[in-house]
Amino acid sequence: MWAGACASMMAQLSQWVGTLPISFAMRRIVWLIPTLQTLHILSIGFVLSSVVMIDLRVWGVSRSGTAIARSERFLPWMWAALAIATITGIGLMLGAPRSFRDDAFVAKLYLMVAATLATVALPLMLRRNACGGKDAGVPAQVVGIAALVLWLGATLAGRGRWIAGLLGG
Amino acid sequence: MKPITDLMHWVETTPVAIFVSQSTYGFSALDMFHIAAIAVVFGTIAILDLRLIGLAFTDFSVTDLSRQLLPWTWTAFAIAAVTGVLMFTGQAVKYAGNFAFLTKLALMAIAGLNVLVFHFITYRGVAKWDSGVPVPWAAKFAGALSIAIWVAVAAYGRFTAFYMYP
Repeated sequence: MWAGACASMMAQLSQWVGTLPISFAMRRIVWLIPTLQTLHILSIGFVLSSVVMIDLRVWGVSRSGTAIARSERFLPWMWAALAIATITGIGLMLGAPRSFRDDAFVAKLYLMVAATLATVALPLMLRRNACGGKDAGVPAQVVGIAALVLWLGATLAGRGRWIAGLLGG
Repeated sequence: MKPITDLMHWVETTPVAIFVSQSTYGFSALDMFHIAAIAVVFGTIAILDLRLIGLAFTDFSVTDLSRQLLPWTWTAFAIAAVTGVLMFTGQAVKYAGNFAFLTKLALMAIAGLNVLVFHFITYRGVAKWDSGVPVPWAAKFAGALSIAIWVAVAAYGRFTAFYMYP
């Protein structure tokens, strides 16, 4: 029910954005949307890969350095890539407003919030660890894998409009 | 190029192709996994490429970074390749005549050659430049070429869809 209410709000927002002069102007530049999509997906790739690099150390697959050092090493890259993904994403919302008027987009926003929380929590948990974050405890390992799964879920939801159709939405 | 056109027409008649082109959600589902997999391929390769070029992550040895990242790259590449081939079968004739798609294939062939040259020639001397010293120009070149090609592959992939369904 919540998702449904959000989706109809999104549908109204999407319709309104479509009437804005900037949206018209963007749609007239034929190469703009595919270019923004390319930058969007490449920066998402960097977000996912940065989290993979952190998780590899947190899960002990790699033993080089400490878990806390690994997260401090890759989180700035991850946040920078997320900033680019967000900016290009907002650009796509303006230039291709049809892309966000469904349940999948609402689900993507929820997944992004949860993924962000897990990503913020991870270094905090590593720092509070008794061994000074050299190796991660089980809770941090769970949060680490949750962050990756949630970011992956948000990525998939970005192309998940068909699922809404499948579920009869 | 009649033999190729005939082949593409035949591809479209295979059961797999018919499933992809006729099912309501088949193509969308493939597309969803294809794009997520390409994101992981690009991200993991880009980290390695930046290390090779010497722009970032130089506190990791090249072998250590490769060992950690390449299993992810290859797994994601396999998913992208399988989903990509399946999407292709549904409209083989149209894709075979799509300039952006053909450019993407050509770029991936060059990326493959780049990997082969790097792996079998340049990488054999990796012990000498694994960590702490600058990597040789051949490795820097391979890294720069790789990152440029994968950015272009992603872009031509987007433009492929753009020219298929304008």
